[in-house]
Amino acid sequence: MAGEFGNPEIIEEEVDILIIGGGMGACGAAYELGPWMDAAKKEGVDIKVKLVDKAAMDRSGAVAQGLSAINTYIGSEQDPADYARMVSNDLMGITRDDLAYDLGRVVDESVHLFEEWGLPIWKLDENGERFDGSKGMTPLADGGKPVRSGKWQIMINGESYKWIVAEAAKKALGMDRIQERIFIVKLVNDKNDSNRIAGAVGFSVREDQVFVYKFKACLLVAGGCVNIFRPRSVGEGQGRAWYPVWNAGSTYAMAAEAGAELTLMENRFVPTRFKDGYGPVGAWFLLFKAKATNAFGEVYMDRNKEMLNDYPPYGQAAVPASCLRNHLMLKEMREGRGPIWMDTVTALGNLRETLSPREVKHLEAEAWEDFLDMCIGQCGIWAGENIEPEKKNSELMPTEPYLLGSHSGCCGIWVSGPEDVGAPTEEAETGVPEHLPSGWNWGYRGMTTVQGLFTAADGVGASGHKFSSGSHAEGRMCAKSMVKFVMDNKDHKPELAESVEDLVAEIYKPVKNYMEFKDYSTAIDINPNYITPRMLQFRLQKIMDEYVAGVATYYTTNEHMLDLAGQKLDMLKEDALKMRAKDLHELLRAWENYHRILTAEAHMKHIQFRQESRYPGFYYRMDKNFVDEENWHCFVNSVYDKNTKTWTCFKRAHVDLVDKSKLFK
Amino acid sequence: MPTFVRTEKCDGCKGQDKTACMYICPHDLMMLDKDGSQTGHAMKAFNQEPDQCWECYSCIKICPQQAIEARPYADIVPLGASVQPLRGTDAIMWTIKFRNGTMKRFKFPIRTTPEGSIDPYGGKPEADISKISEIGFFVQSNGYRAGDPSELIRK
Ligand SMILES: Cc1cc2nc3c(=O)[nH]c(=O)nc-3n(C[C@H](O)[C@H](O)[C@H](O)COP(=O)(O)OP(=O)(O)OC[C@H]3O[C@@H](n4cnc5c(N)ncnc54)[C@H](O)[C@@H]3O)c2cc1C
Ligand code: SF4
Ligand code: SF4
Repeated sequence: MAGEFGNPEIIEEEVDILIIGGGMGACGAAYELGPWMDAAKKEGVDIKVKLVDKAAMDRSGAVAQGLSAINTYIGSEQDPADYARMVSNDLMGITRDDLAYDLGRVVDESVHLFEEWGLPIWKLDENGERFDGSKGMTPLADGGKPVRSGKWQIMINGESYKWIVAEAAKKALGMDRIQERIFIVKLVNDKNDSNRIAGAVGFSVREDQVFVYKFKACLLVAGGCVNIFRPRSVGEGQGRAWYPVWNAGSTYAMAAEAGAELTLMENRFVPTRFKDGYGPVGAWFLLFKAKATNAFGEVYMDRNKEMLNDYPPYGQAAVPASCLRNHLMLKEMREGRGPIWMDTVTALGNLRETLSPREVKHLEAEAWEDFLDMCIGQCGIWAGENIEPEKKNSELMPTEPYLLGSHSGCCGIWVSGPEDVGAPTEEAETGVPEHLPSGWNWGYRGMTTVQGLFTAADGVGASGHKFSSGSHAEGRMCAKSMVKFVMDNKDHKPELAESVEDLVAEIYKPVKNYMEFKDYSTAIDINPNYITPRMLQFRLQKIMDEYVAGVATYYTTNEHMLDLAGQKLDMLKEDALKMRAKDLHELLRAWENYHRILTAEAHMKHIQFRQESRYPGFYYRMDKNFVDEENWHCFVNSVYDKNTKTWTCFKRAHVDLVDKSKLFK
Repeated sequence: MPTFVRTEKCDGCKGQDKTACMYICPHDLMMLDKDGSQTGHAMKAFNQEPDQCWECYSCIKICPQQAIEARPYADIVPLGASVQPLRGTDAIMWTIKFRNGTMKRFKFPIRTTPEGSIDPYGGKPEADISKISEIGFFVQSNGYRAGDPSELIRK
């Protein structure tokens, strides 16, 4: 029987592997685990697994709504080295080639499974005509030709993408090993080894239950982070961020508190999207060949192209980095030549001249499907503003910043890479804390610097551009290495460093705050003894927006503003202990926002440490408004000490494993 | 575009302990008002935090009564438009109504296999434990890209 509000039932469970999250990374792990567990069993090691997701796997994570493209498909015609080069270039030269290259070798394996499971993938016939994915043409695995919307992207009918991938994962693992609607609040280190992970605690958002898990290994794949910056919409539309509002930085915050080394947390993603609805632009640029212009019809990528020369060698790449494209657009906005338009009218007109009549008929549908598959809200805006893309152009706008590691961003956790691609085995920079590994691999692919703690997808920093397929494939890699880890540590007994009683008290503190003080005032939300999670979030967003290069300052900041932000964040962290929760739903919001605060703080500390502006167009340190290749062509990494609540930032040397000169003119 | 529930259509999922919309919402927004104390409509669902709605349409697509719709955000979009799906087993149908009355209808495939038919390990090999430290997965599906070894400049 579940407890009652404020007095939860405590459920303790011991497993070998806990998966936190039910998104693309988790589904990949869930699928790959089964056969390796069977194989381990034959070796005498019986592995117990549990997967917990804060939502329902059928529609959880960033793919809940569906997607209209698989953004990472290498194909037989491209080389993993080309992929690693592209990733590096889009992220201004500082990524881990070992991670990108390794993923490039195997990502297509997951795509082929998706198709086998029932995901419709667009195809080209022998005459080069396009067909949608319901036509039963040759599967990709047997040489079928996908419709490329870009060098790496392939088009799908992806409304049920997550539903399909989750069905396979759920069947593979079995529902008795899966529990939905469990929000994990924190990881617990091992009593006998502070650099090892032993457990996790969370609560049910449906019943008054707290769960305490003990395990040998854990895959933390709870997505990236949204809503640490004030969104552009602040009324009813504030839920319409580009990034799904339910991924709250749990991955980064929990890993940091457990002592895991983070990397490139200064990196952020500021996508330029259709204004207000944040509808995707990729297909418009790549498939429909549309151009973006200023108010006067001038293509800003041409008009401002000499600005790219300020950032050698990155500005010289055939395709400039996403941040640099923003950089050229922002000039137009700042200098008053907005609004920025996506010229859909010309693009669709041109296509009518080159395509067959049947394809033209599908054109308009394709344009709408691109939104309907993954950003329905944009259709609401088009319909409400009477926009038909063949008749009327649409506005573009850069969003507020998001933190993620699998899309066009590369913040996240420092993980062990593959051993066969020539990655460094020593560290050339000084200042890395002693207890951390020195090379780029330490035995278990995907393991963080904390023993037993693994991550994938949005969790893995310094790679990026993995997208849905790559996230799934990375989860699969971790499944294998976790099985190996458990086998190698089969006699290890995890012991929690904190008592169950303390952990439960900590998690239910916001409920206690509420119960204790609720009758102090007559208005439930206005009470000097506690803060609602909603107000906590607004305060965080105000700080980040105004001081840490949000939209309010056109993405600019400086050392003094960051200093102030630090002071304000310190007090916010203190006040987070006074969060209130009047019900389980609000308890969920309380801890989501706690995770956001830590993630935001990591972001701020990293920007403060890096004495340059590595990502112009995403953020500018106006006091260091340049890219400094000589001193800062390196990773910025950090560790958090949860006892002193302080961050230590340090450099790690960057090394190229594939030749980047091929990218530049 | 927060969701709203049509009073006369919602049947509270016939009093089951888990309504479809509550089950599916990734952000825990949909709620059943059991006794009507929150909305005045007992045994009907509602969106408890409309300004946190991502408009993912998960609840709209799953509702067995087609009782849920979305209204474009009042603080951004002019009134009068609607975008409504009907999700079947192999395709989804969309009806889009513009503010000026223009209507558009689209139908897109959503999957090529029957729902629930995935046999994850059917016809697949067992994992070979001796390969657990090697690159690749337990099953090969023609997606392994070995790569040109000369590209790895430090090897
Ligand atoms: C707007 C947008 C558009 C995109 N478009 C494309 C595209 O067109 N093509 C493409 O290939 N890729 C696309 N991607 C990328 C792709 O969606 C991601 O790379 C992928 O989903 C990342 O996988 P993940 O497992 O890290 O996170 P997710 O898939 O987001 O999963 C996170 C999971 O963690 C759970 N969770 C979160 N916090 C907790 C917690 N504290 N406790 C328990 N569970 C928790 C969530 O419920 C969810 O199940 C897009 C991403 C976004 C955001
Ligand atoms: S799914 Fe539909 S019918 Fe069921 S409770 Fe929700 S709105 Fe009502
Ligand atoms: S549209 Fe999505 S976020 Fe909004 S209530 Fe429905 S399921 Fe939840």
